[in-house]
Amino acid sequence: MKRRNFLQMMAMAAPALTVTGRVFAAPPGSPRFLLVFLRGGYDCANVVIPYSSSYYYETRPNIAVPKPTGQSDDGAVVLDSNWALTPVLRPSIAPLFAQRQALFIPFAGTEDLSRSHFETQDSIELGQPLQGSHDLNSGFLSRLAGVVNGAQPIAFTDSLPVCFRGNSDVPNISLKGVAKPVFDARQASILSDMYAGHHLQPAVRDGLELRQEVSMVMEQEMKEANRDSITPKGFELEARRIGRLMREQYRIGFIDVGGWDTHVNEGSGQGALANNVDSLGKGLAALAQELGGEWRNTVVMVVSEFGRTFRENGNKGTDHGHGSVYWVLGGSINGGRVAGEQMKVERANLFQDRDYPVLNEYRGVLGGLFVSLWGLSSDQIQRVFPGSTPLDLNLV
Amino acid sequence: MRKIIWPPHRWAECRRLAYRILAVAGIAVAPAWATGSELSREDIQWLDRVTYGPSTVTVDEYLKLGRRRFLDEQLHPKDVRLPQPAADQIAALDISHSAPADLLAAVYKEQQRINALPDETQKQTDRKALNDRGNKLAYEAARSEILHALYSPAQLQEQLTWFWLDHFSVFQYKANDAWLVGDYADHAIRSHALGHFRDLVMATLTHPAMLQYLDNAQNAAGHINENYARELMELHTLGVGSGYTQQDIQELARVLTGVGVNMAGNEPKLKPEWQRLYRHQGAFEFNPARHDFGAKTLLGQRIDGSGFDEVEKAVDVIVAQPACAQFVSRKLAIYFVSDNPPRSLTDRMAKTFQKTHGDIADVLETMFKSREFAASLGTKFKDPMHFVISTVRLAYDGKPIVNTHPVMNWLNALGEAPFGRQTPDGYPLTESGWASSGQISRRFEIARNIGSGNGGLFDPEDGTPATTSGFPQLSTRLYFSAVEPFLSGNARTALNHAGSQLEWNTFLLASPDFNYR
Repeated sequence: MKRRNFLQMMAMAAPALTVTGRVFAAPPGSPRFLLVFLRGGYDCANVVIPYSSSYYYETRPNIAVPKPTGQSDDGAVVLDSNWALTPVLRPSIAPLFAQRQALFIPFAGTEDLSRSHFETQDSIELGQPLQGSHDLNSGFLSRLAGVVNGAQPIAFTDSLPVCFRGNSDVPNISLKGVAKPVFDARQASILSDMYAGHHLQPAVRDGLELRQEVSMVMEQEMKEANRDSITPKGFELEARRIGRLMREQYRIGFIDVGGWDTHVNEGSGQGALANNVDSLGKGLAALAQELGGEWRNTVVMVVSEFGRTFRENGNKGTDHGHGSVYWVLGGSINGGRVAGEQMKVERANLFQDRDYPVLNEYRGVLGGLFVSLWGLSSDQIQRVFPGSTPLDLNLV
Repeated sequence: MRKIIWPPHRWAECRRLAYRILAVAGIAVAPAWATGSELSREDIQWLDRVTYGPSTVTVDEYLKLGRRRFLDEQLHPKDVRLPQPAADQIAALDISHSAPADLLAAVYKEQQRINALPDETQKQTDRKALNDRGNKLAYEAARSEILHALYSPAQLQEQLTWFWLDHFSVFQYKANDAWLVGDYADHAIRSHALGHFRDLVMATLTHPAMLQYLDNAQNAAGHINENYARELMELHTLGVGSGYTQQDIQELARVLTGVGVNMAGNEPKLKPEWQRLYRHQGAFEFNPARHDFGAKTLLGQRIDGSGFDEVEKAVDVIVAQPACAQFVSRKLAIYFVSDNPPRSLTDRMAKTFQKTHGDIADVLETMFKSREFAASLGTKFKDPMHFVISTVRLAYDGKPIVNTHPVMNWLNALGEAPFGRQTPDGYPLTESGWASSGQISRRFEIARNIGSGNGGLFDPEDGTPATTSGFPQLSTRLYFSAVEPFLSGNARTALNHAGSQLEWNTFLLASPDFNYR
């Protein structure tokens, strides 16, 4: 059944409806993609640590994450001869890496140089060429949903993110706190009819319908929670709900996570940044678990608008920088490695003598991933990322 | 809540009949406009923009003065006193009796005491008590904002206060800002809301709430933190992409070194040559010992090291940029006119801005008297603040609320709590930021919630028993003169299908008619 028909069906006093009972346009086993946007510019150098760089330790006297020792069970986790994972990701992301279900792309990012959170987030989400005029009503995930068969896009956010702006109406719903829907079918249909012919009508219908759907998913969760005494909180709770919704229905998803703007006292292996990374890692591991068998058809990409200054600032924090480290996770990716073009992490290679350079431009990286995931034609990928050449990093 | 279910068609008829009876019975006390058609659709739409939506007081004033004089009084308000019940509530708040410098000094002392405690549990208990106290003051500040927005006769000034609070956004959960947001709203923002833009910039630049929020309190020579310098140009004055460079940001950050907060309230011991350069006012201080006295070049202009005068000069340079006039004018036009305001309008506003050195009331006058403004009436989607405040003004017209917790809860649920924006860009100003499918369904649920009863609006916050109660009576005289005549066919159909007053209220508040201004 199409989402569109949901209200009509509700109005006919439909029998109990479950999300699993739907018929979907996409064939079973077709790919799922979730973009996780870390808003605020996460300090990648303290998460995926360039431990072979003496300059890293020299220039971060207060906040550098100690080198992996090779013996302790609580230090940084070696990824390869240059990179190590922050200790807090040991229980969550390190096992995925060991199973080749996680990889990292350092020196990734955009060529936008404003170093402004808002400008850079918007420009990444629009995914259009930096030069020339921009269509502010066209985000790249919306364009992707337009070329993928049975895309079923959704944003798990309070408001619709820029990357989903576009002509097709993409539903959004925050999964932080979800209560029972308050409108019955009759009321929902009166509310919806009130917007007949109005440009908000699709959003009104989507909103009313999605609330019903999600509450059914939550009912399942409640039942299971009664059996399982541990109730997840925060991002892990959201991630589990995302996993459930994407397992059952949605194929292209978006979530953002805030709190990464660490200008002051960010900490090293422990502290403010580490706590945030810990919760992110646990959430993503829970998502993988919740997706069950569909995890092998799923790719999760973690990005942020920019990296931060390679040196620590005067307040044991870091300021806005440039190149970042992206994460790619998924049940059948070519993981267990650090991918993409790299260079030695030393002072001479810093961009403008302060930041990581960008060697793996995000449109190329994502474009390459989308081409392999969905077998997009060059014409299709040009519609998603106009003027960009897909980079084949052999991610999946 | 008492729930009365009527047969839908009968119920609507009963309402109409009841109103007719009321109208006849109350004709002697009804305002003149209640029975006639003195107000046009355009009058109401105009009031929906210049004020937080019609109330009987506002409509009376508008009819008494006429549009031109009404606008003039709104642009240059002389009487900004709140009606007694609201004024009394604000006067009773702790924030109305405490200076921010004293508050900060007390917090500082308490934090020192707590840090020295040997017992970890005691530390946590005391820290929580301190935080609770801070959050209470931040709530008081929000309470004051809500009461001002609902009842101030200076409605435009209140909208501007909200607008600038959002433009120069601070977050109550950063550092000690909870203790400061009340003073920030009253003294950095409201008193300059219709004044000169440069004064607003300086008032926010020298306020501890901003200095803590954007980390400039930590910006010192040799320990540069460029967070505030960047946002000052990007978000407060010039806008990204207007021509300044990373180099300009770094230079401005150097200018701003030493501009900070004196928590303890003790003057620092300074070398004699620095003593005359030391500045302080309340908890704000400029400490020359933390300042970089080297020469700087900002936006092509040389600024010699001289202490706080550099800051004044830098702000002069920044606000005189044509980009500043454009940026601020455009943002005002987005808030008051259209999500995509015509360049013809913003150019004229920017011209006024430059001619008057940033006189905000003059810039607004240019805007309100433009044909672009007139042509745009009724097309701006209400943000949650406009939605909630206009609802309460309509539903409890002439019946001042005494408890703002329900209003805060509604704003929270809709994602626009005062002092609750974590990032410095402020809340969205356009429809796309508030009208996604998830937000609309949430808004409908809040509409139902508001329509379902007063939710405690009349229960005094001090716990004394309520002296009055009230059900949201949306079908008042105000409704029949300011809303009903202009309802769309779709909204009428929905209201006719309402099976109870609760439903009727919900549909009205959820209607496209009510959600645009």
